Amino acid sequence: MRELSYAAAIREAHQQLLSEDDRVFVIGQGLWSPWYVGNTMTDLEKEFGRNRIIDCPVSENATTGAAVGAALSGMRPIVVHPRMDFMTLAVDPIVNQAANWSYLFAGQIGVPLVVRPIINRGGEQGAQHSQALQAFFMHVPGVKVVMPATPEDAKGLLVAAVYDGNPVLYIDDRWLYGITGPVPRHMYMTPLGVAAVRRRGNDITVVASSYMVQVALHAADRLKEQGIEAEVIDLRTIKPWDKDTVCNSVIKTGRLLVADGTWATGGVAAEIVAAVVSRVFRHLKAAPVRVCLPDTPAPTSRTLEQAYYPNANTIATAASWLVRSDPSIHDHRPTAELPGRIVFD
Amino acid sequence: MNRETLCQCYRLMLLIRSAEEKIGDWVERGEARCPCHLYIGQEAIAVGVGTAMRAGDTLWGNHRSHGHYLAREASLTGLFAEILGKATGCAHGRGGSMHLIAKDQGILGTVPIVAATIPLAVGAALASSLRRDGCVSVAFFGDGATEEGHFHESLNLAAVYKLPVIFVCENNQYASHLHWSERRPAANLHEVGSLYRIPGICLDGNDVEAVHEASLRAMERARAGAGPSFLECRTYRWRGHVGPRWDIDVGLKRRDELHDWLARCPIRRAKERLRKLGVTEAELSAIEQSVQDSIAQAEAEARAAPWPDEGELLHHVYCAAAPLDLPWFMPSIREAA
Ligand SMILES: Cc1ncc(C[n+]2csc(CCOP(=O)(O)OP(=O)(O)O)c2C)c(N)n1
Ligand SMILES: [Mg+2]
Repeated sequence: MRELSYAAAIREAHQQLLSEDDRVFVIGQGLWSPWYVGNTMTDLEKEFGRNRIIDCPVSENATTGAAVGAALSGMRPIVVHPRMDFMTLAVDPIVNQAANWSYLFAGQIGVPLVVRPIINRGGEQGAQHSQALQAFFMHVPGVKVVMPATPEDAKGLLVAAVYDGNPVLYIDDRWLYGITGPVPRHMYMTPLGVAAVRRRGNDITVVASSYMVQVALHAADRLKEQGIEAEVIDLRTIKPWDKDTVCNSVIKTGRLLVADGTWATGGVAAEIVAAVVSRVFRHLKAAPVRVCLPDTPAPTSRTLEQAYYPNANTIATAASWLVRSDPSIHDHRPTAELPGRIVFD
Repeated sequence: MNRETLCQCYRLMLLIRSAEEKIGDWVERGEARCPCHLYIGQEAIAVGVGTAMRAGDTLWGNHRSHGHYLAREASLTGLFAEILGKATGCAHGRGGSMHLIAKDQGILGTVPIVAATIPLAVGAALASSLRRDGCVSVAFFGDGATEEGHFHESLNLAAVYKLPVIFVCENNQYASHLHWSERRPAANLHEVGSLYRIPGICLDGNDVEAVHEASLRAMERARAGAGPSFLECRTYRWRGHVGPRWDIDVGLKRRDELHDWLARCPIRRAKERLRKLGVTEAELSAIEQSVQDSIAQAEAEARAAPWPDEGELLHHVYCAAAPLDLPWFMPSIREAA
């Protein structure tokens, strides 16, 4: 099959949605810029006009609110926030308005809105330009949250989000933009709420989403060298997430590690661990472990940043500790060699 | 403006320019990795306003605040070390270029979320007004920041409570890649306060004397309890939105404009004024030499400084340094603590 980069797959999804459906338009900062949103939107304004690809004033709240209004009025808007951090200025239209609207009016009217915040971390950008806030939004009833990990899903989940008929947060990650993989040419949907098993194994279940799926796959290669077969599950949608696929795997392996690109406390991984423990407690051979960010804002200086983001080594180490029930797992503090946080408590 | 003040302004503008050219080199060579938004071309605004401020006044900045920081004579080594990510940086390597602090100079933190510090400046003015301490707060922000709701809410709040705050809008015509005409219906930012009865003026932001004098008047008004003022300072961003590259890649129009604005260099204008005021070439080169010496010394100090210890990654999430500053009439709680 033809290969595309993750970024090009996002662009192709936009391109096909815009040509197939007059109701689709895109609004957000940086859409006409050569670098602001990577190459996910390159030249779309030339093909579809600046009235459908709207690069806008520095007004996150008003543009997102306007998109909610347009969605209620029959359009299918996609709002882009070039960094998730900036989207915090638009929390009211997402959380108070879009999320509640259907329920408030007893399902008579929906908000077919896609909001696309981009996670853009690293590079010594610091606390206000690095945040991955998916857990905030996962908490709110009425919003769905997708986090594609592959080029194929980057395209299919965007199309599915636009046609879901409800407010969907489509969160992409710039660290994935360069990876390539097979992407069908035609327009297709990746169903929301269905996970994908990316690698089969019997010793431990590793659940991840977005960039952490790629990290987990690297970790699984290292684990294989140690004789440990990890099953890697890509959630694809973190709300609603696919409990059956995850629990069936845990029933088989008896061990769970959840790797998530945000903080541990009140995070996505905590939700998954809680649900799995409640559902399949008697199948667990060991207490589940989370690999997350340390509970601190992102630092800038390279020495601190290198200790901040978990990598394949962190996941592989935590997984092998878990499989061997090694007690040293209690003592982990982030270092450049073993960055991020392994949460065992 | 008198000779001494203009000499001081000239020195500070030159310091900002030279420091940023140095930072630009580091970015180009990959030695500085944090995003650096250069202030080159806009120096007259920070310096004109900064030199009109007094001890106790506070300054609030944004992502483009190297100039604001240096205009208040905060530590150059602290800036350089922060940008290089060193432990001796003004934020101890936690913040980089976009997060500067110099408490002694009234800079309580500059941050890159656009418009975020405008309400904070209003809050500092509210504190001054409650305490009647006679201090003023200054909010520096770009033309793009006026598109955020924060800005409009802050104007109203400051006006209705007559708070001692000065809104300094640095209109450099662009918000990253977009020219003002793609974001606003008219070039009338200075009128924005009229609905709130906030006096606004439009200034040549490359004329340090004009900026300084307008700031003094606004400060006087604020200290007298007459409320906020709005200064629109028109200027131009010479370099790219972020990084040191000459910003000629935004299109042909931009290239022609840049050419005109280079001819209006605020530093060269100040130098010509100084000559007219009778400052000698020897005096001018002494100023220039002292600036170069400061840069060389600060660079050496910043390079020699240690990196932050990775074992401190988890420190400071909560502030242990803040003293338990309980009022005198709560002795029992004080003792318990
Ligand atoms: C809330 C928020 N939205 C968007 C951004 C991205 N951003 C950083 S600087 C900038 C342009 C700001 O323009 P302006 O206020 O005119 O300041 P200038 O860069 O021209 O000094 C933008 C959009 C941000 N940092 N914060
Ligand atoms: Mg601007």
